[in-house]
Amino acid sequence: MSEIPVESPWAFGAAPDPEDVLAGVDTRVPEGVGPVALAELCLALGDDALVLAHRLSEWCSNAPDLEDDIALANVALDLLGQARLLLARAAAADPGLVDRLVPDLPEGSPAPPEDALAFFRDPDAWRCTRFVEVDNGDFAQTTARLAVFATVRLAAFARLVEHPDPVLSAVAAKAVKELAYHRDHAGRWFLVLAQGTAESRRRLLEGLAALWPLHEELARAYDVDGARAEAEVVLDQLLAVSGVERPEVAAYDGPRHTDGLTRLLAEMQSVARAHPLGVW
Amino acid sequence: MSGQEREWPLWEVFVRGKRGLNHVHVGSLHAADDEMALRHARDVYTRRGEGVSIWVVPSAAVTASSPDEKDPLFAPAGDKVYRHPTFYDVPEGVPHL
Repeated sequence: MSEIPVESPWAFGAAPDPEDVLAGVDTRVPEGVGPVALAELCLALGDDALVLAHRLSEWCSNAPDLEDDIALANVALDLLGQARLLLARAAAADPGLVDRLVPDLPEGSPAPPEDALAFFRDPDAWRCTRFVEVDNGDFAQTTARLAVFATVRLAAFARLVEHPDPVLSAVAAKAVKELAYHRDHAGRWFLVLAQGTAESRRRLLEGLAALWPLHEELARAYDVDGARAEAEVVLDQLLAVSGVERPEVAAYDGPRHTDGLTRLLAEMQSVARAHPLGVW
Repeated sequence: MSGQEREWPLWEVFVRGKRGLNHVHVGSLHAADDEMALRHARDVYTRRGEGVSIWVVPSAAVTASSPDEKDPLFAPAGDKVYRHPTFYDVPEGVPHL
């Protein structure tokens, strides 16, 4: 690992510096913005993106068709990109963040802050919603989750474009285009499954009902400047055109995180933790 | 997949690149309908920023020449060199000729 030169930027597109995702960006927190609150916001938004990116990547080679395999991997990569920027922003805004949340980061670790937060942080220090943590279920449940998630997140990010922090604002502006596509893609599949065969409709309704207890937490987490009202309207439009009723189930009331997150992190972090001084 | 499941229809994909003047055939894919075919084409064939415009056409709508007809269709053009505009002087600086 460490003997492989890392100057090759192929995996990072045209980023000017593959090692520092915020290279050349003024990361000073503007006046009137609380650095700790900003870091917490970016961390929560980044954690949701990272965890759902991992869940979607689990479809690689398992989707119903090659076309959907690639489509879901594309969405996962978009979310992974958002996660990297947001976790890096969180760490830059609040310099004590990594030390507080990753107290047992291995001595001499070469991991940049966003990698330390992603690969060496224990489950109880994650800020993601339970909506993205739980297992994928089948393709219909994955579709239902992505349609709801993209709708809720897009409404919030459209408002975060106006955030006083220019870094978060720029990340949101980039993400809005990605999320609009995710919503469109998943929304179309939602409609197709709802109006398809009796079997596809049954699976979609069951998937939606399984997720719905976790919707309230998600909706609250993304209620930025009244974003929730807009997200609910869009969601109702999707449900109406698909002929699907809002599930009547009580909001989940349980531990802050699910076992799903623990299992997910155990897998996602296993390589980095096995090679704590590895350079990637 | 079980045997009773039907495959989605096949679509031919044409992409116009940033500097391209015309749509170029890049491949084919499966999709349930035309809108999904467009989105699949976006995901499968424009991942590296290749395209600014996509066409999808049902493969069934394409009428293709048969390899058996190759000689009757194309061989007669082989010895008609006078059809090639090789006897003109091409002015410099004329693009797309």
